Amino acid sequence: MNQLVTPIGKHRFESIYNIGKIRADFPILSQRIRTKPLVYLDNAASAQKPTVVIDAIRHNYECDYSNIHRGVHSLSERSTAAYEDAREKVRAFINAASEKEIVFLRGTTEAINLVAQTFGRANIKEGDEILITTMEHHSNIVPWQMLCEQTGATLKVAPINRDGELILEGFEKLLSHRTKLVSVAHMSNALGTINPVEKIIELAHSRDIPVMLDGAQAIPHMKVDVAALDCDFYAFSGHKLYGPSGIGVLYAKAELLDAMPPYQGGGDMIRQVSFEKTEYNEIPFKFEAGTPNIAGAIALGAGIDYLEEIGIQNIADHENQLLQYATEQAKKVNGLTLIGTAKQKGAILSFVLEKIHPHDIGTFLDHMGIAVRAGHHCAMPVMDFFGVPATTRASFGMYNTREEVNSLIDGVQEVIEVFG
Amino acid sequence: MMDNLRDLYQEVIFDHNRNPRNFHVMKNADRKMEGFNPLCGDRLTLYLKIENGVIQDASFQGSGCAISTASVSLMTDIIKGQTLEQAEALFEAFHKITTGNDDEANLEGLGKLAVLAGVKEYPSRVKCATLPWHTLDAALKNQGNSVTTE
Repeated sequence: MNQLVTPIGKHRFESIYNIGKIRADFPILSQRIRTKPLVYLDNAASAQKPTVVIDAIRHNYECDYSNIHRGVHSLSERSTAAYEDAREKVRAFINAASEKEIVFLRGTTEAINLVAQTFGRANIKEGDEILITTMEHHSNIVPWQMLCEQTGATLKVAPINRDGELILEGFEKLLSHRTKLVSVAHMSNALGTINPVEKIIELAHSRDIPVMLDGAQAIPHMKVDVAALDCDFYAFSGHKLYGPSGIGVLYAKAELLDAMPPYQGGGDMIRQVSFEKTEYNEIPFKFEAGTPNIAGAIALGAGIDYLEEIGIQNIADHENQLLQYATEQAKKVNGLTLIGTAKQKGAILSFVLEKIHPHDIGTFLDHMGIAVRAGHHCAMPVMDFFGVPATTRASFGMYNTREEVNSLIDGVQEVIEVFG
Repeated sequence: MMDNLRDLYQEVIFDHNRNPRNFHVMKNADRKMEGFNPLCGDRLTLYLKIENGVIQDASFQGSGCAISTASVSLMTDIIKGQTLEQAEALFEAFHKITTGNDDEANLEGLGKLAVLAGVKEYPSRVKCATLPWHTLDAALKNQGNSVTTE
């Protein structure tokens, strides 16, 4: 695997950011795919897991596992403590005011659906509007369409430009007394665009409109501070943050969560039940009905410890250097067009090749050991905007190297030659 | 090119992808059917001219990957002159070789279509090869006016 590792000392930053050690922390990366070293560039779909995350799952099931919040026995006490400890780690990671504002769910999708069906059903009525943008993932479109069908509200879509950037004036024009919620991606999964969320929140809050941020893509690539942002809701998934799948987080301001009706009914979300009347539990437990992904939450906490140790800003700097290098190299490829050229961009390189379909590119790159995503990236409206059925997307993570970018570019050149 | 990928991307595939046959709108078509693969965005419109139970002419429009383009190009070539029953039988046979349900499928009877047999080693690409055929099947059965592979 040595050829994949940037020589230490060649670059000052690389010597601080020990990429060789980081790669060794991810067991899956050392394998070969069809005899070639794996080059994993599908991090925006899901990231790989470091040993500490895998060990945390194993440790919970081997040593501490039991159901939480109810047992009086030692195992339940240990699992409960570890689960709540993970909640505190998430709180600190995003700088929320209280761990009561951290709801553990399955992922970003469930978090957005929860807000639509609780906050939305309670506060949004016929004639009201919900404002999103053209670059949203389907999971930040469909839950609002469902809410609109249920309530008679209208979904409004803010425009983007050809670079894939939000047109702020167009966004502002769509804000009105009818707008009851703004929900936007912090970073676009299909384009890599980082939205001007501070400005979006300022514009919305000046009209008393709450703002939800879909943080699924942003959270692995930058420091997220919900207090500084002053967003009302922030959703993200564990699996894109080098944690397990099936665990995710909804952050919401405590006063909003307190006022929201529960999402699902069941165990753990109640204080007292009789057939006449049920009293709901306090937040965040009111929104965590049923036995949650206990080991998943604990392992997410372990993953956050790992990221904090390396430093999320160091990771961001590394990825930004990779993106800059990859963008420069990609621009030299004849017939390649980048889709998503925003000035503020995260580590995603989405592109199309003249006359070669992304699925053909994906199959050929896989034969070179390179994992990319080919398709519409669950963002069909943004594909329509750019007039392409699909793109090929390389997305970088903390463990990717310049040599892997070279492999990608060489691979793309080879595909172009073969298709001639 | 990587040797084992040659089993899927044979020269015939490249040829039909670069120069698709029967690639035009048919104004006097008796049947018109749209096919769509939402997973990858492959989209085609199939046109058929049918007289006395025989497919007199077939053409298509649309855009897709090399596998789906070659598959629809080959299909429109091969079904011309066939009866509806023969075309249905071909659909069944093609489905079997691409999904690998029948190891001893009769490749000879499929003629040039046999080049697409390699797709069964690529589960995520099978739908690219079968989309035109599902579209044909729907057109022959006259079901609605569009079909998807999902």
